[in-house]
Amino acid sequence: MGLRNFFDRIEPDFEKGGKWERFFPIYEMIESFIYTPKTVTTVAPHARSYVDMKRIMTYVVLATIPCILVGTYNVGLQTNNAIADFGASGWRAAVIDALGIGFNPNNPLANILHGMMYFLPIYITTLVAGGIFEVVFATVRRHEVNEGFLVTSMLYALIMPATTPLWQVALGIIFGVVIGKEVFGGTGKNFLNPALTGRAFLYFAYPAQLSGDSVWVPVDGFTGATALAVSAADGYQALAAQGMSWWDSFIGFIPGSMGETSTLAALIGLAFLMVTKIANYRMVVGCMGGMIGFSLLLNLIGSDTNPMFAMPWYWHLVVGGYAFGLVFMVTEPVSGSHTNAGRYIYGALIGFMVVMIRVINPAFPEGMMLAILFGNVFAPLIDYFVVQANIRRRAKRHV
Amino acid sequence: MAQTRREMLIDPMVDNNPITLQVLGICSALAVTSSLKVALVMAIAVTTVTAFSSMFISMIRNHIPGSIRIIVQMVIIASLVILVDQMLKAYAFEISKTLSVFVGLIITNCIVMGRAEAFAMKNPPLDSFVDGIGNGLGYGLILMLVGIIRELFGSGSLLGYTILPTVNNGGWYVPNGLLLLPPSAFFIIGLLIWAFRTWKPEQVEEREFKIQTVDAH
Repeated sequence: MGLRNFFDRIEPDFEKGGKWERFFPIYEMIESFIYTPKTVTTVAPHARSYVDMKRIMTYVVLATIPCILVGTYNVGLQTNNAIADFGASGWRAAVIDALGIGFNPNNPLANILHGMMYFLPIYITTLVAGGIFEVVFATVRRHEVNEGFLVTSMLYALIMPATTPLWQVALGIIFGVVIGKEVFGGTGKNFLNPALTGRAFLYFAYPAQLSGDSVWVPVDGFTGATALAVSAADGYQALAAQGMSWWDSFIGFIPGSMGETSTLAALIGLAFLMVTKIANYRMVVGCMGGMIGFSLLLNLIGSDTNPMFAMPWYWHLVVGGYAFGLVFMVTEPVSGSHTNAGRYIYGALIGFMVVMIRVINPAFPEGMMLAILFGNVFAPLIDYFVVQANIRRRAKRHV
Repeated sequence: MAQTRREMLIDPMVDNNPITLQVLGICSALAVTSSLKVALVMAIAVTTVTAFSSMFISMIRNHIPGSIRIIVQMVIIASLVILVDQMLKAYAFEISKTLSVFVGLIITNCIVMGRAEAFAMKNPPLDSFVDGIGNGLGYGLILMLVGIIRELFGSGSLLGYTILPTVNNGGWYVPNGLLLLPPSAFFIIGLLIWAFRTWKPEQVEEREFKIQTVDAH
């Protein structure tokens, strides 16, 4: 227990009146990262639970592991496939050559390694750039740095295309952390999802690097459209001609942002979050209901000019960021609705908006990011009406 | 009013800025700041209109019946705006086309109406004129700042001269497309207000509500 003793010895220096009082948030961050936080509830009501913020956040990070694995494998697979035609270049190719692993797309190890070489730089940049701003704000504003940022940074890295320049990655996460979270008071007070705020910033600021056909597979000269872009142009039936079957999309072997292609991996994450009761099932049910309902309606209406109208709901589920967003972002407890009835409505609104943006808006082929941000903005309003309805209902009992 | 003329001119720059403290005139600040040149012309136009409308309204303030004063003010402001609009069309047609409807909308700019109603109706003409100039400059200052940030980082140039050579023209700078979209001015003005209020904490408004805290017992 040498470490515990060390912390106990230096703690007085960081407390009020100590010589490093200003840096208490940094001390607290490291201490509570290693040991269980010792702050306990001091006033009634005392609700006892084994779940604290640290555990919630750690569980969410754990739940993303399948997405990281399938995602990096897929990035490597797509890249190695493309390298067969276009040749390899850049420092990653040099490292892989030096290790003697090669670019064989049938070798899972080569794929994962190659994918990791795209994922890790982006993830590390996210951690460093966002982490610095997180700690600066915590120190100036005297609040604690907590594990929330680990979740934000992981989700943010997973929704980046593999080719995103690192300086853009850094700029996006800084925007997400500062404008999406810290200006409203930090973790727990943000009304927007910080990871999505950062991505939305990049999406509108640098559309050439965040959308289009050539950003998903990091090989010069290779263009691979996402499943949604193909469907928007020629209908979902054209996906088969591009070599993308429903099962490919479900498992995740299609071009797309790094961690979001695999519906299967996202669903494994969802199962974990459901079992640990971190994700609220009402939002998931609402979001599935909204998406299925509206896409069935559009199937029924049909359109001669817009092939997206015919896209069935089970395709909407597996393409783009729908599954990933559903599991890790719709269910985020802070920016979503807080009432149980509101959670259904909130989920349904997002499900409806995704299909709306994907099918009817010609400007954006993918809609999950904007739909969730839209839902975030409406969540407090939904809660307000749910609470008011409850008050009215109860008031009627006391005539 | 114990304000000196100097204070009337200087106060609206930072201490009583129409945009960052009173949060007026935001629409035009969003719409016309994507390039510095347009923002500059807009600032001059608004300053001119505010100064002269305040002066004219102040001249006849004792003859305006209270019940129709807004209409009278509008007539004066509208005449001046039409004058400015015609001047722009005659001498700066390109910019006038970029500004399009926003010149006409100076009529409804809250700053012009606000100064007429709050200051010119109660003060002599020369004071009103100086106050109008001051507020116009305060508005212009923010427009300039936003315009500089948006043009420099959004298209890599200032007043049309290239400062940061962009990638499309063989340079190194990747322009930030978000800054060319009107919503970016919201972020920039928000951040400016944040900076101003950190610099001058007395501008921070009181909270409308307080988050309840419970003491341990």
